[in-house]
Amino acid sequence: MRNTRATQLLFELSKSGRRGVRLPAADVPEVPLADLLPADALADAPPPLPELTEPELVRHFTNLSTQNMSVDTHFYPLGSCTMKHNPKRNERLASLPGIIDLHPYQPADTLQGLLELLWNLQEMLAEIAGLPAVSLQPAAGAQGEMAALLCAAAHFRKLGQQRTKVLAPDSAHGTNPASAKMAGFDTVTVKSTPAGYVDMADLESKLDRQTAVFMITNPNTLGMFDRQIAEIAKKVHEVGGLIYLDGANMNAILGIARPGDFGADMMHFNPHKTFSGPHGGGGPGAGPIAVSSVLEPYLPVPVVVRDENGFHLEYDRPESIGRVRSFFGNVGVLVRAYCYIRTHGPDGLKRVSENAVLNANYLLSKVKHIFPVPQGDRCMHEFVASGAKLKNDRGVSAMDVAKRLLDYGYHAPTVYFPPIVREAMMIEPTETESKETLDAFAQTLFRISEEPADLLHEAPHTTSISRPDEVQAARQPIVAWSPKI
Amino acid sequence: MPYVANTAEDQRAMLDSIGVKNIEELFASIPAELRLKRPLDIPPALTEMELTAHMAALAKKDAPAGEKICFLGAGSYDHFIPAVVDYVGSRGEFYTSYTPYQPEASQGNLQVFFEYQTLITQLTGMDVSNASLYDGGSAAAEAVLMAVSATGRHSRVVTAASVHPEYRQILATYLANLGIELVTVETPDGVISPEALAAAVNGETACVLVQHPNFFGCLEPVEAIGKIAHEAGALFAVSVDPISLGLLKRPGDYGADIVVAEGQSLGSPMSFGGPYLGILACREQFVRRMPGRIAGETVDRRGKRCFVLTLQTREQHIRREKATSNICTNQGLFALRAAVYLAALGPQGLRETAELCLRRSHYAAEKLVTEGGFERVFAAPTFKEFVIRVKGGDVEDMLVRASEAGYLAGIPLCMWYEDLADCFLVTVTERRTPEEIDGLVGCLNQVAAIHA
Repeated sequence: MRNTRATQLLFELSKSGRRGVRLPAADVPEVPLADLLPADALADAPPPLPELTEPELVRHFTNLSTQNMSVDTHFYPLGSCTMKHNPKRNERLASLPGIIDLHPYQPADTLQGLLELLWNLQEMLAEIAGLPAVSLQPAAGAQGEMAALLCAAAHFRKLGQQRTKVLAPDSAHGTNPASAKMAGFDTVTVKSTPAGYVDMADLESKLDRQTAVFMITNPNTLGMFDRQIAEIAKKVHEVGGLIYLDGANMNAILGIARPGDFGADMMHFNPHKTFSGPHGGGGPGAGPIAVSSVLEPYLPVPVVVRDENGFHLEYDRPESIGRVRSFFGNVGVLVRAYCYIRTHGPDGLKRVSENAVLNANYLLSKVKHIFPVPQGDRCMHEFVASGAKLKNDRGVSAMDVAKRLLDYGYHAPTVYFPPIVREAMMIEPTETESKETLDAFAQTLFRISEEPADLLHEAPHTTSISRPDEVQAARQPIVAWSPKI
Repeated sequence: MPYVANTAEDQRAMLDSIGVKNIEELFASIPAELRLKRPLDIPPALTEMELTAHMAALAKKDAPAGEKICFLGAGSYDHFIPAVVDYVGSRGEFYTSYTPYQPEASQGNLQVFFEYQTLITQLTGMDVSNASLYDGGSAAAEAVLMAVSATGRHSRVVTAASVHPEYRQILATYLANLGIELVTVETPDGVISPEALAAAVNGETACVLVQHPNFFGCLEPVEAIGKIAHEAGALFAVSVDPISLGLLKRPGDYGADIVVAEGQSLGSPMSFGGPYLGILACREQFVRRMPGRIAGETVDRRGKRCFVLTLQTREQHIRREKATSNICTNQGLFALRAAVYLAALGPQGLRETAELCLRRSHYAAEKLVTEGGFERVFAAPTFKEFVIRVKGGDVEDMLVRASEAGYLAGIPLCMWYEDLADCFLVTVTERRTPEEIDGLVGCLNQVAAIHA
């Protein structure tokens, strides 16, 4: 039962004099504070944080948690995000003291187990990518993109080439052009065909000796494998450019096809998608990158290496781009990815992709009669249905459908992305959902498509809040609580 | 296949519904010549029992804090984590949810982000906070990029050698291709000299970035630094230790424009360096230049208070290459942990934690000098870390011996500072008891004696 009174803020629950944690006495010779720190550095009073007891905190946060949908509680077909089951064994194993209570600057001889794990993960990701060298450092896919593009920039600098452009399709994730900009490149958009493939004529017209990198998501954001990829790579390589593979959709091709084999020079993984790391309400993720041997010298430091004395971190790599993140990286996420890959082995990973693709195609076959799928009858691990007909006929938008799904206990698909499909609903069921769940979801979509427009415009009706006024939130931003005067 | 529900019978029915003979047909769009024609060369599958044994065997080769007594810091700290933080952080409704794209189904996360942002403003004395970035180091780089865009000065950024060397390395990497010069002021006394800083800052400078307490644990002359930055029209960005704010003046009270911090101290395990929590807060005038997610308050159609992601026109999914940053995710789970931690400690708990760190670290430093014959390198006041010199000794060898004796005694500085090659950084959190400190001093005396 949802506690409907549970929306007060921590600050409204606070009462002076309450405490949740007590600390021990210092037990060292008492010295006046003024002898330890200069008076002008000290605050007059501690920060005005709220004051609550542990029972109040537990109830507050537990009740808040029930106002979320999550993979543990709901079907969450959020396209492009691969909201698969988050294995509980991984949580337990990633929390072993010998894994989690390690300081990043401990001597290597006190870290041999974890370094062995990370070294093996580097090797396994390289094998899955079909690219020889891996950096586990980037903290998220977007940071992996930036790190790899910086490696590419260093490569061209070494060659003495002035290449200023990064090309990306109009269907690309927004991070692609944003990362290119942060790496110092100009971005050029390449058109897609209506089926979501790269428009070859447009690509060729934009390729020249200024082109550093073409960033491609394959399978693409429509969930289609672009079979022109080898030809694309050939053309980009002919002008001396490199191919970046956005690995957001690797869940479709594990053990089936490898980016390094179909032309990619560099890529990132999203272990929080493909390898089941929990999404944590928006993070942490991780964004390890795999690159060709040409780009290997430029990878961020450190990397894990093995020699006759065991495993250690190697910092002395003179051509490295440096660092994009402090310490080693998002190790907790990487450990979960390791556990996931070890649980599956080579056959298991392939079955993961096969069932992800089977589930998506099955759902597509059930949904296309309700919401047309412009890309056709087949997809990889996800597909994009269009609500354009419902919008034209009855004025019901993809957003209305998304909101109404919440009433039926489903998280909504990704809506209005990619921008090349009208009233887009990007649906990714993942392999961890059962046929029964997919059948029920398709039936619900059908039922919604028949519901009165007014009911849908006002949806959701059963969630803890109705539709928020987002315009007001942006026009007069209130981004922190302040006491009422 | 422990996580796939499809039986052979299900698969048959699904393939029939799709209208294909077998799963292979679904992959027809991938040309045969691009396929992998062999199984992946990775180890075979393990059952849960086998994986558990395997992980236990790996973990046994490591020496976690608890097995060896940890005096290591430098941005990653062995602070105490109350059980309530782990309890809340392990609620599946939090950790298996995602970015709140559908606010009606995500009020839990959104309210947590709003509370987190408020707690960070209370902690730092700044007006606004985002919903978190990756870590303290990349947050510092993002702060500098923010200052560049806010000032419109694209040529010069000034920092100091007393800022964490890895943070400076990240900054250098981020700036490498943007044509912005990174000037680093040397700090031979362990703190910034205002005169040296003033000489490095000019009318083209976008930002002065310092750390307080700094990498050596020393307190910087922050008010003088802020004045120098502001007189040149530059923004003043400071990287802080959140625990120190239980005692020290808040950045908002000494004139900082942007504050960043490593939030790991606030209820997250050391975890060999990540995942951590990048804190970024600033003055209200820069809110639209902030990177990352921001939660905001509004009302729903029935007039009920609620929370949404706001100011999204700053972000990459809308603005693409014109976004304030490429960041997509935040560190939601660690923002949650920090919120629970700060609320559990409250003002008194945070103050007492800071005071314990201060008193016990000073006790340790004092004892190393008076009983160990070690030398403190810098005269500036320190918070919970300090630099110790081993006169004529081999620091790295000494630390290896200390580790063998059960103490992670400190971090050698030779990797980053040539002139501090005979020095190491010692950190004392509230978890280190006087007995452990006495043990450390005894141990270092012994291993130093071997050298003498």
